[in-house]
Amino acid sequence: MQVKLRDPNVIMKLSRLGSFHQSKLSFLRSFLKEFKDWEYKRDLFNLDEFGYGVAVYSFKKKDRVYSLICFANKIEENERSDRVIATKWDAAFTLHDGVPTKKDIERLRNEVPKQEVGRLSYKELTLSRANKSVRIFNHVVESLSNGIQPDINLLSKVGYLYRTTAVYGSGKFGLADRFRIKNREEIYGPFRLEMMLVYLVRQFTFDQVNYVAKNKNPKKAVNLDLEICRNLGIGNSTGLGMAPFIVNHPTLLNNWIYAREMALKKIREIKNIKIENSNLFKLCLKKSIKNITSWNTESEYQQKKIRSLLNDLNIFINFIEKNFNFSKEFAFNEIYLWLEKNSGEECIEYVISMMMEPYDSIINPLINTMSSEEEKYFNIPTDRTVLELKTILEDKYSKILNIDFLKKENNQNFWFISKNKEEPRLADRFMENGSELEQPLAIARDIKKLYDSLSVFKNSSTIDKFLANNSDLRHVVRRAFIIEKFPYSEIQDNTIGQSIVPIDMLRLKLSFFGALKFDPRSDKWLRICMFQGAPLPEQLKNYDDHWVYN
Amino acid sequence: MKSLSEIETISKRSSRAAGFSWGIAEEVGKNIKMLELFGLSGIKNLNYYFRIRNKKNFKKLHLINNENKISKIEFCPIIAGLSFLDQVRSLEILNEIKFEKIAYPLLFLPFVSRASEVIGKKLELKIDNRIFLLNYNNSIYSNSLNEGIVEIGNSISIKFKENQDSFEENEWKELYKLSENTFVEESDSSKEGGAGAGITDND
Repeated sequence: MQVKLRDPNVIMKLSRLGSFHQSKLSFLRSFLKEFKDWEYKRDLFNLDEFGYGVAVYSFKKKDRVYSLICFANKIEENERSDRVIATKWDAAFTLHDGVPTKKDIERLRNEVPKQEVGRLSYKELTLSRANKSVRIFNHVVESLSNGIQPDINLLSKVGYLYRTTAVYGSGKFGLADRFRIKNREEIYGPFRLEMMLVYLVRQFTFDQVNYVAKNKNPKKAVNLDLEICRNLGIGNSTGLGMAPFIVNHPTLLNNWIYAREMALKKIREIKNIKIENSNLFKLCLKKSIKNITSWNTESEYQQKKIRSLLNDLNIFINFIEKNFNFSKEFAFNEIYLWLEKNSGEECIEYVISMMMEPYDSIINPLINTMSSEEEKYFNIPTDRTVLELKTILEDKYSKILNIDFLKKENNQNFWFISKNKEEPRLADRFMENGSELEQPLAIARDIKKLYDSLSVFKNSSTIDKFLANNSDLRHVVRRAFIIEKFPYSEIQDNTIGQSIVPIDMLRLKLSFFGALKFDPRSDKWLRICMFQGAPLPEQLKNYDDHWVYN
Repeated sequence: MKSLSEIETISKRSSRAAGFSWGIAEEVGKNIKMLELFGLSGIKNLNYYFRIRNKKNFKKLHLINNENKISKIEFCPIIAGLSFLDQVRSLEILNEIKFEKIAYPLLFLPFVSRASEVIGKKLELKIDNRIFLLNYNNSIYSNSLNEGIVEIGNSISIKFKENQDSFEENEWKELYKLSENTFVEESDSSKEGGAGAGITDND
C-alpha cells in the first residue's frame, strides 16, 4: 500500500506547526545518540567557594575534541534578566574546537561574558549564557549543605537549575562559519553543536551546585542524588528571535518537516506490525503521560491545549486498549486515520512522535537528511516562463492567494529588527512607527502581490524580463521556485495577520530541538526545558534510546 | 576577524538600507561573501560604492546587449550584474559582451562568476588591464588580486569560453599510454570469468 505524504496546506498551517512535539528526529536526541560513545571528561574546575570561576568539559573521539569553556560570574540581583537586553549573566559559555590553551582561556575570559558585544574566533563554535533559577539553586545548595536532598516536588515544578537565554552559532559574533565544519560526520544533523553546549552546561550546573554546597558546609554536605540530576534539564527562555529563522531558511525547514512526514508515511505503510514494536509504542505512549501531567504553565492558551491533549490521549489509549487489534494489516495507518477523525492537532502530532519510537531503521537514515545546502537553491531559474511561475503559485499557495490583504486585520503587523539589540520584533503597523523598514517576512502578502503582478504580464515572457520590471518581488520569486522542489518549505499562513500567535513559530523550531514543557509567558516568548531525563555524561555508555519517557 | 556569515548579513542589510529591494539585497549579501571568501575586496568596494551612490545617479542597465555603452554616468554594477546573471542563458550565443564604464566593477564580478555556474561555462572577465577567469563559481584565476578599491572599469568585456580541452590530443595520448601500465593482461580463463557475467548473456 502506498500512503501519500500529508498535504503541506494542512501541515504547514501555524496552528499545526505549533502543535508539534519532540520525537526521535529531535536534535537533542540525535545528538546524544551520536556522541554516546565519545569520551567525556571534566578537564578543569577552577571555582571559588561561591562557585565563580572557570570550568572546562570535553567530548573526545580519536583526534577530535570539543571543549565547553564555562565562566561563572557574580552578578547583582537587579542585573539578572532573561531578556535579550541583559548585559550580565550568572554564567557564560563557549564551545571551543579542540583543546583550549591557557592563552585561549584568557582571551575568552574577556570576551565570552560580554556575549553579543564580545568577539569570538573561528576556533569557537557556539556561544551561550544562562541565569540561575535562584529560588531552586539556593534551595538545592541549602539542602545539600545540610546533608539532605532537596524537595523533589519543588524541583519538578521548575525542572532545572539554570536556564539559557540564547545559544548562538554559525558565524555569529566571529564564531566559526558552518562551511569550516560542515563535512564532519558527527555533526551532520542540524544544531548538533548547540545541543552539545546545552548538554554540557547542564552538567556544569550540577557540579557547581555540589561544589558550592560542599564549601558551605564541608563536613556535612552531600552531592545531589544522581537520579535527581537526571530528572533535571536546562531551561531556556526564547523570544521572537527564533521566529524569522524558519522563514529565512526555507529548504532547511522543508528538510525537517519532510523527514517527519516521510517517517510517518513509511510507518503507515508497514503491513504487519511486530508485537515487540506495538508493545514499545504503547509503552512509550503510556509512560509519556507523566511528561504531560507534570507540564506546568500559567498560560491559559497552553493550559487549554494541554487539557485537550490529555483528554484526546485518554480517549485514544482507551481505543487502542479495548477496540484495536495490532495484528491487522497496516495497523498504524488505521491508527492515523482514526486520529484524524477523532483527535485534535496536539494529539495527532503527539501520537505521530510516539509511532516513531520503535523504528530506528526508518528514523536513523532520515536524521542525516535534515541539514541543507541552502546556497544550491539560491539562483532563480530566470529562463522559466511567467505561466510556469503562476502555475506554481496556484498549486503551492492556493490558500494564501485567497487572503484579502486590503483588509486591515490581514495586514495588521510588521516584523522589524530592533535598533537596540538587533533582534526581530513584531509590531502593529497602524500603531507603531517603522513599517517602512519591514523585514521580508510577510511572505503570504508578497506572494499574493507577486501573483497579481504576474497576472498582468505576458504568460510566455521569461522571468528575467519580469524581474527587470519587478525587482521588489525578487525575494518571493526565489521562494516560489524553492517551494516547487521543497513542498514543506513555506508556512501556509499569514505571518502579519491580527490573529497570528508567534509562539507557534517558536514551538515548531523548539519541538525539533527536542524541547519539552513549552511554557508560554506571552504570545511572544516562552520557557522550555531541554535534556530533562537525559542520561548524565557518565551514564552515556549505557544509553537508553527511550530516556525521554523514563 | 569577521565571519562570512556576518559579512553576508551586514552586506544584505546595508544594501536594503541603500535602497535596493530585499531580493536584490540578498544577492548582494551572497556576492560580497563570495568576494571575501576568494580574497577580493568586497566590503571595501561596497562601502565606497554606497558612499557615492546617492550623489551620483548611476545608470541602471536592465537589458544587456553585445555592446553596452554609456556617455556620461557609469552603470550601476549591481543592476548591470543582476541583469547579466538573469539574462545569461540568452546571452551566451553572443560569445563576447562589451561594456563601457561600470562603477566599482568588482561588485559586478560575482554576478559573472555565478553566471558561469548557471551556464556551465568558464567566463573570462576583463576590466581594463585586469583579467579574471571565472571557473563555474568554484574559483577565480586572475592577474589582479588584492587591489582594494577599484572605482571604475572603463572597458569591460566578458568572453564565453567553450568547454574544450586545454591540451593537445597527442599530449592526452601520451599520458593515456603511460596509464595503461597499471593494467593487467588477461588470460583466456579470466576473460571468461573475471567480469562476473558469462560470455553469452542471451538468457
